[in-house]
Amino acid sequence: MESHIQVKDLKVSYGKQEVLKNVNLEIPRNRITVIMGPSGCGKTTLLMTMNRFLELNEGVTIAGQVLVDGHNIYSPDVDVTEVRKRVGLLAQRPTPLPMSIFDNVSYGMYIHQMRKETIEYKQAVRHYLELAGLWDEVGKRLHDPATALSIGQQQRLCLARGLAVEPEIILGDEPTSALDPVSSAHIEHKLLELKEKYTTVVVTHTLRQAKRLADHVVFMYLGEVVEQGPAAEVFGNPREERTKQYLQGLF
Amino acid sequence: MIPPIGSSTTGATGWQPQPVALARAKSNERARKIFLGFTALPVVLILLVTLGLLIRSWPILSTYPLQDLLFGEVWKPSKMLFGLLPFITGTVWITAVGVLISVPPCLLVAIYLSEYAHDSTRSFIRPILDLLAAIPSVVFGVWGLVTIVPFVESTVMPFAKAAFPYIPFLKVDQPTGFSVLSGGLVLAVMIAPLLISVVYEVLLTVPNDLRRASLAIGATQWETIRRVLIPQVLPGIIAAVVLGASRALGETIAVLMVVGNVPQIPTSIFDAAYPLPALIANNYGEMMSIPLYDSALLGAALILLIIILIFNVLSVIVLQRVKQRKWE
Amino acid sequence: MIKNFWKRKHIVELFVKLVMMFSIALVGGSLLLILATVVARGLPALTWEMVSQTPKGGFYMGKGGGVLNAILGSLYLAGGGTALALALSLPMALVLKTYLGDSKAGSLVRLSLDVLWGIPTIVYGAFGFAVMILLGMRSSLLAGILILSLVELPIMTRAMDEVIRRMPKGLEHAALALGSTKLEVATKVVVPQMLPGIITAILLAFGRGIGDAASVLFTAGYTDRLPSSLMSPTASLPLAVFFQLSTPYPAVRERGYASALILTIVVLVVSFGSRALSAKLSKYTVK
Ligand SMILES: Nc1ncnc2c1ncn2[C@@H]1O[C@H](COP(=O)(O)OP(=O)(O)OP(=O)(O)O)[C@@H](O)[C@H]1O
Ligand SMILES: [Mg+2]
Repeated sequence: MESHIQVKDLKVSYGKQEVLKNVNLEIPRNRITVIMGPSGCGKTTLLMTMNRFLELNEGVTIAGQVLVDGHNIYSPDVDVTEVRKRVGLLAQRPTPLPMSIFDNVSYGMYIHQMRKETIEYKQAVRHYLELAGLWDEVGKRLHDPATALSIGQQQRLCLARGLAVEPEIILGDEPTSALDPVSSAHIEHKLLELKEKYTTVVVTHTLRQAKRLADHVVFMYLGEVVEQGPAAEVFGNPREERTKQYLQGLF
Repeated sequence: MIPPIGSSTTGATGWQPQPVALARAKSNERARKIFLGFTALPVVLILLVTLGLLIRSWPILSTYPLQDLLFGEVWKPSKMLFGLLPFITGTVWITAVGVLISVPPCLLVAIYLSEYAHDSTRSFIRPILDLLAAIPSVVFGVWGLVTIVPFVESTVMPFAKAAFPYIPFLKVDQPTGFSVLSGGLVLAVMIAPLLISVVYEVLLTVPNDLRRASLAIGATQWETIRRVLIPQVLPGIIAAVVLGASRALGETIAVLMVVGNVPQIPTSIFDAAYPLPALIANNYGEMMSIPLYDSALLGAALILLIIILIFNVLSVIVLQRVKQRKWE
Repeated sequence: MIKNFWKRKHIVELFVKLVMMFSIALVGGSLLLILATVVARGLPALTWEMVSQTPKGGFYMGKGGGVLNAILGSLYLAGGGTALALALSLPMALVLKTYLGDSKAGSLVRLSLDVLWGIPTIVYGAFGFAVMILLGMRSSLLAGILILSLVELPIMTRAMDEVIRRMPKGLEHAALALGSTKLEVATKVVVPQMLPGIITAILLAFGRGIGDAASVLFTAGYTDRLPSSLMSPTASLPLAVFFQLSTPYPAVRERGYASALILTIVVLVVSFGSRALSAKLSKYTVK
């Protein structure tokens, strides 16, 4: 299977504390990869290296490579904004921008000047709201402030906003952990639908969600990747003792 | 047992003292009453100052038409003419020039500090601002006198004369550098620490999630600042500017030393001016012989106070709101 | 994904950063320029006589003497004003924290403190003088101290309030849970814990008090003699600078610059001192 993202010899420390120790990973194209592991093992950190978000934290040092389509996104000649356009992020808590629903979705397209005419923006906003499964609920009140939406709707709005800049990869850091079960199912459903066209990497703490979503699983422990492979293998027949224990809920 | 977070800030109620602690609870209750009285002090002081000035300026307010006081152009206490217009316009000009010069760089510095600077840069710039804020007004005056006034006189004025001879508010009509512009330049530096730190604090109230949401879709930092942050904190920025302006309005010694103190209505930034605080400082204490003079000067102080109170109350309320806003 | 530096947004970003750097240089440069000006002008005339003697006859025409009267006067004025302000502001800051917290009343008190802070010192001065006339008082050290304490009160209280509000919640709760009353929490836990911040607040207010001219102009007056009693007029450094610069004699103006240098040094020492002191003290407190 072709890999879309490759992580090579990645080391990350916050100050002197090393939180990722030599991580090597292959993330397959157009599949959902789920990253699991106990709290504090470095899942968020790993995910944030993939859209160059980690460097927003002060005092972080990053060594090694993250290749997207074979190109190291940490090489000095790379345009960070292009990386982030290509690698979308769905955060743990929905963070609508303080503008209208419409402006939230068109924000990225506008920033990247992806459309010309107003009508094109209108069509595109509708398209991505439909894609995120939100159009039916907000189509009639596009100019309401986005913060007026429910949390679950906000998260789908954030999904639409991310999709609108036409990324290839979607990162999700526990994207449903702040949501109620119905909204949560809604997002999961969308991610499954979208995987035909996008490579998805999701961090989750719920084993059941992982099982529902995952094509590929990465299991981490204390800053290291302990095991990675197709979902059926890792869930059905884990090679490592630590993975087994985690799956049995021993951590 | 640890009481729930926040319970202690709402008052002493809800806590049942143990019998053994009754004496202590009593002293606690008495302390509470005495202390609560203390907190009324600031409000009382504001009222007291306003009332004091009002009473002392009542003679002129009740006998001299307010219209002539505010809009009269002639100030001749010996002839019983107390027109404050030259001083009011002087104050407005100097403050406006000072704020206009100060705001753009100060906004940028504040944005830099909150959005771009590393901790190390920040801890380097902070002391600069602290020092600038600590320098006494009279020292700013000295600086203005020996640096700014000659600079305006020898460099800016000849340049303006040559480059913009027909723009009215840049017209050069007088030979010296003691001018609105000199006062404005000195004020611009004086209010910079306040402006920068207030805007910086306002920017800090914006949660990081918002910045990240914008950066995550590939916006540059400046795009994030311009399209997300600034619209969000605009009320706070305006309040900061108003606060800076109110500080500038009341500045006395430094401005007095560099603006020339000519009682005229300035029409150009190169004209000399005579702001209200300077009027009070230069004449108060020597006016006992002329009836109403003392009252007129305190009337000037009252006008200054009222303008500044309005500016202050508005900006402080907005800033409190901005800082307490609950971000979801 | 290769960066194209000529893309408009990257050019804008670079430009904005450059302008920001320039603005910082402007602010920093102003500070340097001010200090350089005061040092360059003041140092030549700064002699031992300046700081050790009072003005002799003909001082204001260029004859001998110094500004010891103003130095001591300023220290008395600002010292007295600070002490008085402290006596009021520490209880006020504690009440704000312990009894009012972030309630509506608390907001109102903070609002009024901020507004009080914003009142120009010339207005305080004029107000003070008006009251003095009413009471038949003449300008004196006491009147100067009273007005300066008004000037310093809001800045000191607000600075303390900010420090106290930043105190770790756990500490206070732990103390309350052990059965302390609010008063005890305030005096036995909050104050020691906040000592560095409180000292910073005091020095901040002292710096503001010692540098202010407009408030003492009418209230403390000016004299060439050393301050002798609370009821006698008292000279101050800012006014010494101001008056000396108002004369036409170059020698006197030179000494005006030297006085400005003395004032600047005092203020900088206070400012740096508070920084160093609070850094040293904060080692011993719970973070
Ligand atoms: N900004 C930071 N500064 C310092 N250390 C950090 C920072 N963020 C994370 N860490 C540390 O790095 C390690 C990994 O953190 P990370 O957030 O990646 O874990 P995680 O696997 O996402 O945990 P969780 O499941 O709880 O979200 C942790 O030990 C954490 O304490
Ligand atoms: Mg995490």
